[in-house]
Amino acid sequence: MADFLQLIIAGLATGAIYALAAIGFTLLWQTSQTINFAQGEFVMLPAFFALIAMTWFGLPFAVAVIVAIATAVLLLGLVFKLVVVQPLIKQGVLPLVISTIALSVLLKEGAKDVYSAEAQPFPTLFPDVTLSVAGVSVSLAQIGVLVVAFGTIVALQWFLGATRTGRQMQATAQNPTVARILGVAVERMILYTFLINAALAAMASILISPIYLAKFSNGESLGLAAFVAAIVGGFNQVRGAIVGGLLIGVVDNLAAAYVSTSYRQAVPLILLVLIILFRPQGLLGRAEERAV
Amino acid sequence: MTIPAKLAWPALAVVALLLVLAPVDLTGIGIPYPGLKRYGTYIMTLWLVTAIAAMGVNLIVGYAGLETLAQAAFLGIGAYTTALMVKAGLPFGLAFAASGAAAFVVGIALGFPALRVRKHYLAFVTLAFSVLAWLVFRNEQWLTGGVMGLPDISRPSLFGISLRRHVNFYWFVLAITAALTFVLWWIVRSPWGRAFMALRENPIRAESLGIDVRLYTLLAFAIGSAYGGMAGSLYAPLVEFIDPNPFALGPSLLFMLMVVVGGVGRFAGPFVGAAVAVLLPEWLRFAEGFYLLIYAALVMAMMAFCPTGILGLVERLLAPRRRTQADPKASLLGEAKP
Repeated sequence: MADFLQLIIAGLATGAIYALAAIGFTLLWQTSQTINFAQGEFVMLPAFFALIAMTWFGLPFAVAVIVAIATAVLLLGLVFKLVVVQPLIKQGVLPLVISTIALSVLLKEGAKDVYSAEAQPFPTLFPDVTLSVAGVSVSLAQIGVLVVAFGTIVALQWFLGATRTGRQMQATAQNPTVARILGVAVERMILYTFLINAALAAMASILISPIYLAKFSNGESLGLAAFVAAIVGGFNQVRGAIVGGLLIGVVDNLAAAYVSTSYRQAVPLILLVLIILFRPQGLLGRAEERAV
Repeated sequence: MTIPAKLAWPALAVVALLLVLAPVDLTGIGIPYPGLKRYGTYIMTLWLVTAIAAMGVNLIVGYAGLETLAQAAFLGIGAYTTALMVKAGLPFGLAFAASGAAAFVVGIALGFPALRVRKHYLAFVTLAFSVLAWLVFRNEQWLTGGVMGLPDISRPSLFGISLRRHVNFYWFVLAITAALTFVLWWIVRSPWGRAFMALRENPIRAESLGIDVRLYTLLAFAIGSAYGGMAGSLYAPLVEFIDPNPFALGPSLLFMLMVVVGGVGRFAGPFVGAAVAVLLPEWLRFAEGFYLLIYAALVMAMMAFCPTGILGLVERLLAPRRRTQADPKASLLGEAKP
């Protein structure tokens, strides 16, 4: 039982990180119909920004984290929006899909060629202390990850729900045409979404890299986790992405312990297929009316 | 590519002749062409095999307007089916048919639930399937040899002639490619193919005209996947050793890029895209590990400036000249845009 609880807590910690990536993914989809196939690489890369800031420029870790988040918001948010998405958005879905697939290859190869092909150890934000509560040992790092990830999610929800800008962003996501008629600066709101996505991905990167190490090829599994979380939770819901992320994290951890390590990756994917079969709108999603 | 109708058949015949003669030493009959060496012939064969799989992707993406991220996995299904059957002593012809059929059936099984929901869900289902298939190839050691792979896959013989020699095998693959190309051309030209295009251009109107949207998209996906399976069936005896790596998610994504680079929805697109994908690593030898980086950057630039691919670019460059020609509408190979 104690083992089981430990697995659940560890699962929730990684799940909260997946949720961050999945929320960004759904936000991009909602506001600009962008399916970002490079989302996993967006989570992989900021850790390398931090490593570069530390090893090449000798900055302390705390500063490097801030530099990494800022760089991510600039490159993976602003530049991604202006250079990659903007010119393609009018040409339909396929060119953009292809371009983000190519971008994922570019970022992966870039991280490998510019920094290193080896997995890099990454410092953790939290002290490596293990607490024991009623026979269940919990590492402080996991609690820290949970607190930071949930703090970020709560702050985002507050921003989207309670501030004027956040509400304008929601209006843009729900119906850009009506939002524009009501005087919302739709273009600016879409840009904000891209910046927020990059910031969330950077947060996820900083939190997950101490666990999985920073490696150029991590994007594949991280991206897959984000896709699965987004769809399982409900593609058109931020709440869905949170639930989906947590669920995938827990399922992933339990599968590794109880199913088999070699098929651990398969369990979330089978969950995805089952969801698509039996509840295609996702756990929390509303069924979308057909376009036809 | 648009070529005047009266030149279509001669042009095709010239291309066919050049392809047949590519590995032959012609210096004996007074033409200063030494023929391709062993490695060159191998690369040409690899190009043809890649093009078959890419034709399948083109049917799915270019004609039916879906997205598939699992073509390499279908290639793997075909390659492992063929390798295991040939190793068990069964004839290659049977293994080839079984490879195509297996990929077709799996395509139906995957496409059915995904297309029930929404078109883009096929992308995610195939993404998941791609990873699942790779896990099976890697983990089921008793069947697939795991990471050690399956070695010594023998090449078939045809009418008593062994295809062990690279040149013979190249001609064999060339003949199969020609046959599969013709079949696809027929599919695209048939009422079936026109229904695919109607779907892509305007699904609502297609449905109102009585086209069963779900059935047709499902069939397009399954046939495209079967092309992947058949390509895999040729790939296994070509390389004579298979392991899970070429059938992972990464190569599946590269198949998507390849088709769009060539010219999505254009009949010759897969051949051009496959040529770029197979030959670029050879040309960029000097850049060593950087070739994927360069390739990805080129694809992104192409999407921004010319999303219709290389063939679209060529067409655009030739456009002013073409207007002076008699009948620009008659095209050699059925194009996507009517």
